[in-house]
Amino acid sequence: MSTSVSMASVRQPAAPAPSKQERSGARAPWPLLLPALLLFIAVVVVPLAMTVLLSFHNWGQYTGIQFVITLKNWQEIWSDPYFYEMFARTFRIAGLATIIAAVFGAPEAYILNRMRAPWKGFFLLIILGPLLISVVARTLGWALLFGGNNGLVNKALMTIGLIDAPIPFMFTETGVVIALAHVMMPFMVLSVWAALQRVDPQIENAALSLGAGPMTIMRRIILPQIMPGVLSGGIIVFALSASAFATPSIIGGRRLKVAATLAYDEFLNTLNWPLGAAVAVLLLVALVLIIVGSNALIERRYSEVFR
Amino acid sequence: MSFLELNGVCKRFGDHVAVEDINLSVTKGEFISLLGPSGCGKTTTLQMIAGFVDPSAGAICLNGRDLGSVKPSKRGLGIVFQSYALFPHMTAAENIAFGLEMRGVPRAERELRVRDALVMVGLDGYADRHPRRMSGGQQQRVALARALVIKPDVLLLDEPLSNLDAKLREDMQIELRQIQRSIGTTTVLVTHDQTEAMALSDRIVVMSKGRIEQIGTPHETYEKPASAFVSQFLGKTNEFPGEVDRHAASPRLVAGSCHWPAPAGVTGPVTVTVRPEKVGFGGETHNGLKARITNRIFQGNHWLFQCETECGPAIVVRQNTGEAQPTEGENVRLVWRAEDMGVRPRGAGR
Amino acid sequence: MSRNGSLALIFHTVFVIFMVAPIVVVCLVAFTPEGYLSLPTNGFSLRWFRTIADYPEFINAFWVSLWIGAVSSVIALLFAVPAALAIARHQFRGREALSALFLSPLMIPHVVLGIAFLRFFTQTGLSGTFVALLISHVIVVFPFALRLTLAAATGMDRSVEMAAVSLGANSWTLFRRVTLPLILPGVVSGWALAFIQSFDEVTMTVFLAAPGIETLPVRMFLYIQDNIDPLVTSVSASVIVITMLALILLDRFYGLERVLAGHSDRGR
Repeated sequence: MSTSVSMASVRQPAAPAPSKQERSGARAPWPLLLPALLLFIAVVVVPLAMTVLLSFHNWGQYTGIQFVITLKNWQEIWSDPYFYEMFARTFRIAGLATIIAAVFGAPEAYILNRMRAPWKGFFLLIILGPLLISVVARTLGWALLFGGNNGLVNKALMTIGLIDAPIPFMFTETGVVIALAHVMMPFMVLSVWAALQRVDPQIENAALSLGAGPMTIMRRIILPQIMPGVLSGGIIVFALSASAFATPSIIGGRRLKVAATLAYDEFLNTLNWPLGAAVAVLLLVALVLIIVGSNALIERRYSEVFR
Repeated sequence: MSFLELNGVCKRFGDHVAVEDINLSVTKGEFISLLGPSGCGKTTTLQMIAGFVDPSAGAICLNGRDLGSVKPSKRGLGIVFQSYALFPHMTAAENIAFGLEMRGVPRAERELRVRDALVMVGLDGYADRHPRRMSGGQQQRVALARALVIKPDVLLLDEPLSNLDAKLREDMQIELRQIQRSIGTTTVLVTHDQTEAMALSDRIVVMSKGRIEQIGTPHETYEKPASAFVSQFLGKTNEFPGEVDRHAASPRLVAGSCHWPAPAGVTGPVTVTVRPEKVGFGGETHNGLKARITNRIFQGNHWLFQCETECGPAIVVRQNTGEAQPTEGENVRLVWRAEDMGVRPRGAGR
Repeated sequence: MSRNGSLALIFHTVFVIFMVAPIVVVCLVAFTPEGYLSLPTNGFSLRWFRTIADYPEFINAFWVSLWIGAVSSVIALLFAVPAALAIARHQFRGREALSALFLSPLMIPHVVLGIAFLRFFTQTGLSGTFVALLISHVIVVFPFALRLTLAAATGMDRSVEMAAVSLGANSWTLFRRVTLPLILPGVVSGWALAFIQSFDEVTMTVFLAAPGIETLPVRMFLYIQDNIDPLVTSVSASVIVITMLALILLDRFYGLERVLAGHSDRGR
């Protein structure tokens, strides 16, 4: 899985357009751009194109990769219910993790924003800090907490009487969803936090002075203003969860496959690269469509909130 | 003899014409202001002189040399920016020394000239301060010293005082004027503040919508505005509809119930303009506009009257000399001397 | 913190416990004196930290991670700073498309990048080399280097540069004496964030790692795949402590929120 921190702000425009005076020098500054552009063409565009091409190659147990163009891998993915189930699981896990992150992350961001000076910074560090800690270490923590039938979480839940029998967390979707929600939570908090920074702090007082109660203020004043933050945070969490690798691999084990772990298996265990490439390309295309599509929807819906 | 010359300078950004056909000639040592509202093209004009913006057409010459092919870094102009644009990571002295360093001035001479420049702007003792730890006025002085220390052919000032508060701005105006007079550097000031332009300049260039409306001394532009725009932009002006009647026994100008001998050159419907401070109050028998005072506002050294006249609303400003003034609701006549009045054909001017 | 009601504070407490529990548990288990996974109920022991020394592959992987992180972040900045300046200052056709391309490694799942790089480096004969690992990390951290540099360059007062030019500075002097010092905070934090990203990256790197050139997270991941024992918790605890220290430093000098949100306006 990816630990990309600042995806939190992917949707912001790169920079405000320079003023009209600078526009006069309209020649593109190629000497400055060319090195990075060439690097990206050589090491991003070309490899991605090669991967797409690879997904159309043939593969045999004994022949290896055959350089022919065939739809075999795509047909296999299309017709084999195993792949359907695997992709459904991938997006189900991602969707649940996103919902959990939103339901808990958004209120927490709000509470955080209302805290006073030293506490605010302290808890922000506590909650955002894990973002920069290796995802392997964080997932290991969950593996220790879940750890079989007598894991700490089960013990705790049974002690306070919430459950009678241990819930299986390891190697289940439940466990993967919880661990993923934890791993992705900072993105949601960050995104909602950013939205809250744009809310005028006086606005709640204004609503109070007009006679609104706390629930009304929450529902009519605060929620509409942070909704764009929740939604864009949701997109980020969903995209990262759907392409997560380390967490489903460690918590889900070898049998509970998601798209990323399946592609990994095809590449490094089965060695069926073309099939693995097809799975990866499908994941990429699906995610790009989802991200671009929902971004467009959000921006249209909330265009006035986005300045 | 002209030192800095702009010949038919134009600037277009796509379809938008920012500056159109500017012709201007500045003599050596002159202090000239480009005055106009925001978007009138004055800053673009300054940037073309500085070389940060290339003119779409026309030429800019300095001391007989065409600047067209001269890079901004080689033009040798001193510029003071609106934001001061001090280098935040350098001290005041390092800021001022930067231009000398670029010119390869030896260290010893550099230090001497930096010290002189600091003294000139009244900042001796601040050499090692960083801009962040200086007040707006002090930063402004550093910016001025930095621009002047390289002995520029022309000093360009881009709204240099607009970030200062009113009191400091007045002090800096006086100081800026003294410094400029004492070293005699040709100076071009860009400003939207008419009092600043009047206080500082030898001549004012009033600009609107990319064009020059009028060039003249501060007194000329105020007293003899060349267009409706100039008269409205420089101070406040009362305007009344009137009519020049040349068919009467003696040709005359009529506005409401009063009349004056017809001025030369105009006929038919006209607009009569008069500055608020040129208007006085007269009795029933005077040749003046019938008016009722709707508001009387005390402003310390003067009174401001808002009146409803027979020809529309008007304002009158009277010095607070201690004399009794009319009260609200009083009926008066507004009188002025014929030579204080401007007359232009109605519809003319923008 | 009186502005939050008691219900909110209870929620907050549970939330914070949820966020720190897995990290705390890793650090606690690392101190177990037992030979198996357990919380240190009777006394703390450093035995599992000492055991790390017996596993040179962890030590080696740590150095590889450090090198890859440090060098790839520098290389990424060498490409990103000019590009950021160009994008921040100039309006040109394709500007939006170009910045989208440069930020695309954020959008592309790392598993896809890993596969693409594996294919690419296999075809070009670089597979399993340090260079391949380095190049792939340059790409992955590039958006972070670009974002923070871009924010610094965009927030900068252009007239400061004009002032330098009007005083006679040529392009190189302008960059060295004025532009670079002014965007330096953005560049430095861009480097720090890029380094942390590289240091944590596992998904893409797992495709490219070969024996001897594995990064630490990859080594840890592969080790956990086989079995989970106190050794890997002590390694993880070390990583957590190192990251926390770096984090606190970053927060002190720059403000974590600003780094994470990708803003770097120096003014505030």
